[in-house]
Amino acid sequence: MKKFLAMALAVAMTLSLAACGSNSSSSSAGSNTGSSSSASGSQTASNTDFKVGAIYINGQNDTAGYTYQHHKGITTAMENLGMDPATQLLIVDQVPENDTEVSNAIDTLASQGCQLIIGISFGYLNAMDAAAAKPEYSDIIFTHATGYLSNPDNFNNYFGRIYQARYLTGIAAGLKSLETGNNSLGYVAAYNLDYAETCSGINAFTLGALAVNPNATVTVKTLDTWGDETLERQTAQALIDAGCGVIAQHCDSAQPQLAAQESGVFGCGYNSDMTEQAPDAHITAAIWHWDVYYQAAIEAAMQGKEHFMETMGEAYYAGLAEGMVDISPINEAVAAPGTQAAVDAVTELIVSGEWDVFSGVKLNITVNEDGTVNVEQVDADLKDTAGNVIVPAGGASVDDSVIKGSMNYNVEGVVVS
Amino acid sequence: MNDTSAASILVLFLFNIIVYNIPLLYGTVGEIITEKAGSLNLGVEGTMAVGAMFGYLAGAWTDNILVGLVVSFLTAALCGLLFAVLTVSLQANQNVTGLTITTFGVGLYFFIGKGVGQNWPTMQQAPGLSAAFGEIHIPVLSDLPVVGKVLFSHNPLVYLGLAIAVLAWWYLSCTRMGLKLRAVGENPGAADSVGVNILLYKYLNLMLGSGIMGLGGFYMALNMSGSFEGSNCWVNGYGWIAIALVIFANWNPLYAILGTVVFGFFNTLQVYAGTLASAFPDGLGWLNAVPPHLFKALPFIITAIVLVVSSIRNREGSGQPAALGLNYFREER
Repeated sequence: MKKFLAMALAVAMTLSLAACGSNSSSSSAGSNTGSSSSASGSQTASNTDFKVGAIYINGQNDTAGYTYQHHKGITTAMENLGMDPATQLLIVDQVPENDTEVSNAIDTLASQGCQLIIGISFGYLNAMDAAAAKPEYSDIIFTHATGYLSNPDNFNNYFGRIYQARYLTGIAAGLKSLETGNNSLGYVAAYNLDYAETCSGINAFTLGALAVNPNATVTVKTLDTWGDETLERQTAQALIDAGCGVIAQHCDSAQPQLAAQESGVFGCGYNSDMTEQAPDAHITAAIWHWDVYYQAAIEAAMQGKEHFMETMGEAYYAGLAEGMVDISPINEAVAAPGTQAAVDAVTELIVSGEWDVFSGVKLNITVNEDGTVNVEQVDADLKDTAGNVIVPAGGASVDDSVIKGSMNYNVEGVVVS
Repeated sequence: MNDTSAASILVLFLFNIIVYNIPLLYGTVGEIITEKAGSLNLGVEGTMAVGAMFGYLAGAWTDNILVGLVVSFLTAALCGLLFAVLTVSLQANQNVTGLTITTFGVGLYFFIGKGVGQNWPTMQQAPGLSAAFGEIHIPVLSDLPVVGKVLFSHNPLVYLGLAIAVLAWWYLSCTRMGLKLRAVGENPGAADSVGVNILLYKYLNLMLGSGIMGLGGFYMALNMSGSFEGSNCWVNGYGWIAIALVIFANWNPLYAILGTVVFGFFNTLQVYAGTLASAFPDGLGWLNAVPPHLFKALPFIITAIVLVVSSIRNREGSGQPAALGLNYFREER
C-alpha cells in the first residue's frame, strides 16, 4: 500500500513538474530568438530584431490592475509597430521593489539582448539608475515609469498628467452631486500626501467637483497600501455610511465601485472602465493609455539611444493632449445630464493649452436647461486646506509640482478622514 | 440619502464590525476543532481560499447559496483530508504541512480564478445568490433601536457562523464524542489504550474543522461581491488572524465569538476612525491622531498579553491541548 502511494505521489510530482516546465517556456516570452525571422516579411529589419525587456511588479498574466495596464500598453504598442510581443518582448515579472532583485532582473534581460529595458514601478528607480550608469550597459536604453531619476545618455523617466483626467471625473461627480442634492463626495486613496501622484489626484478631483458644485466636499480616506481589496471595500463602505453619495478612488480594484453599486450610490473609478463591474453606479473612470508612450518610446529606441533621448527627453510627461490619459466612456444611464458636454468643453480647454488644473484660474461650469454648457474662467487664489495661497489669483499653473513630485498639500474642499 | 447623524454612524460602525469579521469566527472555530484533535493546521489561509474559490464558482454558476455552502465545505474539507493524510498517516511535520497547505490553497485559488478568465460569473449574473446573501430582518427584534440593526439585521451566514460556534462548543464540551476528541488531543496514547479510534477521530475532525474554515472563505467571497481581479486573495490574511484568535479564545468556541468582536472592533476601527472622530468631535476627536497601523497591530498585542496572562494564571486554565502539534505514532507509545 505504502509503495503504491509513494509511486502515485512520484507520478503526480513528475506530471506537475512537466506542467510547470511547459508553463514557463510559454510565459517567458521570447527565450528563443531564432524563430522571430519567420514573422511577416513586410517589416523592416530593425522591427524584427529589436528586443524590449520589461520588469513588472505583479504578474504578466494579471487580468486587471497596474501591471496589466502596462503589459497591455507595451504589447499594443509593439503590435502597432509590427513587432511580435511573443518573441520580441522579454519579461521578468513579480519583481519586488528591492535593488538586488531589480538588478538581477536587469542582468537577465540584458544578457538576453534587450536593447530597451522598461521598469514600471516607482521603487525600481535606484537600481535602474545604477544599471544605466554601468559601462557594459551603456548601449541599452533604460526607461522608468513614475520616477524622477534620469541621465542625459541612456536613462529617462515617464509619467502622465493623470490629474487632468481626474479633474474631468471630478466634474462628472460634481454634476451627479448637484442632481442628487448630496454635496458629500468620498475618495478612497491608497495614499494622500505621501506621493504627489496621489494628492494631485485628490486635489484635481476636488477642484473638478467644485467647478460645478461650489458646495461640494471631498472626504478622503487613505489606505496606506497600494493593493488591499478587502480594505478598499471596507473603506468605501465607511465613506458611504458617513453619507457620501459619489465614491472616487485611487486604488486598483473595483471594490469601491461595487460597494457604491450595492449601497445605491455612485462612483468614479480608476485605471479601467469599471462600468462593467458596477453598471448602476459607475459614471466614468480616469484611465491611462500607456501604449501612447510605449509606441513612441519603442519607435525612438529602435533608432538608437541618441535619437531616443532627443525625442523622448529625460522626463516624458504627456496628458490629455497627447492622449496618454483619458476618461472612460461616460455611463449615460447613470451620469447627470450635461456631463458629456461639460467634460468635452473642459477637455478642449486643456488640450488647447489654454488652461490647466493647478493654476490661479478657476472654472465655473454651469449646465443649462437645454443641455448646453457655460464655462467661465475666473481668477481665484488656489488655496490649501490651511488657507495658504499656493497660486495667487491669475497665476500660472504649478503642474511642475506634480511632475517633479513636490506637491504635498490638499486644496480647499478636501476633508481628510 | 443615508441618515448621517452621529448615532447612526455609531450603529453602522457596530454593524460593520460583525459583517466584515464573521469570517474570522468560521476560521477560528474550524481551527479550534482541528487543534482540539491535537493537530496544528497552519493552512487556514489556504483552506479558506480554496473554499472561497470553489464555493463561489459553484454558488454563482448554480445561482444557489446552498450549493455554494456545500461545495465550499467539501472542497475545504478535502484540504483537511490532505493535511490529515500527510500528518496523521504519513507522519509529516505539522507546521511545514500547514504552511504547504496555505501555499497550495492560495496558489490553487489564483490558478482557478485566472483559468476561468473571461467566463467569470459576477454577482449580478447570480441574482439568487446575492439575494440569499442579503440582510434578513428578523421581525420585531430588528425594529428595536440600535441592537435591531447591530444584531438582528444581518445576512444568514452571520447567524450560521454564530450557530456553528455554539454547536462546536456543545460538541466539544457536552458530548461523548467531544470528550473522546479532547482525549485524543490531550493524550492520544491514553485515548488509544481505552479504545478510541485515533485515526478516525483525527481524520473526521480535521476535515470538519477545515470544512468550517472553507465556509468562512465562501463568506469572504460573497462579501467582496465575488469580484476576482487576480492580484489579491479574498481571504487576505484573515486565516492567519484566525490562528491568533484561537489562542485569544483559549480554544473555546464561545470565547471565539468574543475574540471575533474584539479583533473585528480594531479591524473596523482602522477604516472608521476618521468617521467616528468627525461624528463625535468632543469625545472621539483624538482618534484622528492615532496612526491607523496601531489599530492593525493592537489585536496581536492583546493576543500576546492574553497568552502571557493565561500562562501565568494557571496551567489548568489553558485550553491548549497537551499533545498539540505532536504526531501520534502508535508503535512509539
